[in-house]
Amino acid sequence: MRRLLPDIRAVFVREAGADRVVPPAGFTVQLTLFTSAAMAFLAVFALALSLAAGRLADRWGDELARSVTIRISAPEEEMERQTSAALAVLETTPGIAEFRALSDDEQRALLEPWFGAELPLAQLPVPRLIEVTETGDGFDAAGLRLRLQAEVPGAVLDDHARWRRPLLAAAGGMRLFGWTALILIAAATAAMVTLAANAALAANAQVIAVLRLVGATDAYIAAAFVRRYTLRALAGAAAGTLLGVVLVTLIPDTGDAGGVLTGLGFQGWDWVWPVFVPPLAALVALLATRAAANRVLEDLA
Amino acid sequence: MLGHNNAALVPGAGVIEFENVAYSYGGGELLSDVSLSLQPGSFHFLTGPSGAGKTTFLKLCYGALLPTAGHVRLFDRDVTRIGRDGVALARRRIGVVHQDCQFLDHLTVAENVALPLGVAGEENAAMEADLSELLTWVGLTNRAHARPPELSGGERQRAALARAVIMSPDVILADEPTGNVDWDMSQRLLRLLLELNRMGKTVMIATHDLSLIRAAKAHVQARVLRIASRKLQLAGADL
Repeated sequence: MRRLLPDIRAVFVREAGADRVVPPAGFTVQLTLFTSAAMAFLAVFALALSLAAGRLADRWGDELARSVTIRISAPEEEMERQTSAALAVLETTPGIAEFRALSDDEQRALLEPWFGAELPLAQLPVPRLIEVTETGDGFDAAGLRLRLQAEVPGAVLDDHARWRRPLLAAAGGMRLFGWTALILIAAATAAMVTLAANAALAANAQVIAVLRLVGATDAYIAAAFVRRYTLRALAGAAAGTLLGVVLVTLIPDTGDAGGVLTGLGFQGWDWVWPVFVPPLAALVALLATRAAANRVLEDLA
Repeated sequence: MLGHNNAALVPGAGVIEFENVAYSYGGGELLSDVSLSLQPGSFHFLTGPSGAGKTTFLKLCYGALLPTAGHVRLFDRDVTRIGRDGVALARRRIGVVHQDCQFLDHLTVAENVALPLGVAGEENAAMEADLSELLTWVGLTNRAHARPPELSGGERQRAALARAVIMSPDVILADEPTGNVDWDMSQRLLRLLLELNRMGKTVMIATHDLSLIRAAKAHVQARVLRIASRKLQLAGADL
């Protein structure tokens, strides 16, 4: 990092001579501007995707991790007795914070999206559901299953693990995808800036020869190119980031009904992350240009 | 001091010293066994047929090329041991005028002339005054804001000379400075170089223009060196 500080200083402290020695407005400089803008725009989306996937994973994990359902399937005349027995078992099970049997209205509301509002619940063999919330320490699921098996033959304990695992895995995958995309975007930016800087340095071999003739050190020559490309990358990335943030903000939020795509916006402290995109793009450009400059200056020596 | 055929060289005596220097390129030897010491305030001409190695010799003098054998010392420091940055710093004490001048075409004449100041981090108000004086000295005041491609051959040479001397270097190396200009302009450039020599600068001019050498010898005690058959020799007295 200490070796980088002089380069960073050279980028932001305008030195009258060094600033003018590189011919202005070359094609490669415009290419760097455009590339940085496009990459920053994509980075904002990748960032938003990654953060949204993280939020989704946390929400799914939190909502499902502490929630357990007991489903009782029994003949109508047995239903009340088995439900009471299950509630009694839960009463004496350590690690259970709350439990309650869902009412007919609540069960009807759960089934309504699939069967409509006029569902004749009394005429259908719908199982009774008991919603259980565990304490922070949790409960012994295997032990509870054995007790229910013995005392409530129609009861099935569902701790949602088989649902939660693939959902969490999917959310984790999306988060990984987002961060991988960010790394690839940074690498692609570095590659494009390197290509542009290499082309510019090669095209300006005569400029480099003149600078060397009048006593310029490699550091002076490199700094002139590094400053030019780093500032263009910073400007392009700032524009791309701004555009990306505006478009992410415009994506409609459908609240709880929405999935990862409609929940793509930034929330709370998430807004800090896009601020880092332009300086990081500039840092990538600085490192790429410096490496390219050192290589070309070595070749031209 | 001039050495030939392994003649000894007094170490540390000159601003630029060659000790048994050879330079090879592409499998062929361009210079062989060259020993030389350029004394402070001396005036030299370097002659020889085209392709003899005059430009190569000058490039060795300012560290643009490194010897393949022997030692080149700039201000008592071996160029092979001081690295590119060390050579760059030494070059600030050596003004170079190329035949093709080599300017940054996107800068004005004044900016090109002032370029060594910017490179050395010495741009300031006092130096700006020096720049103005220098442009007057070479007769380019009215062309200060022109771009190099707009200049005539003579104007380019004068601008290159102004750039070469703006840092008040100890040594001026000029490679065919009168190659692209008429007789009057070549005499004017020669007068400028003689004036610099009178100010104590060491001057070396590579040229095949014998009339220029004769004209100079009327004003200064100049040593004429000749490169022939890869060797550096003192030229005959007929010059």
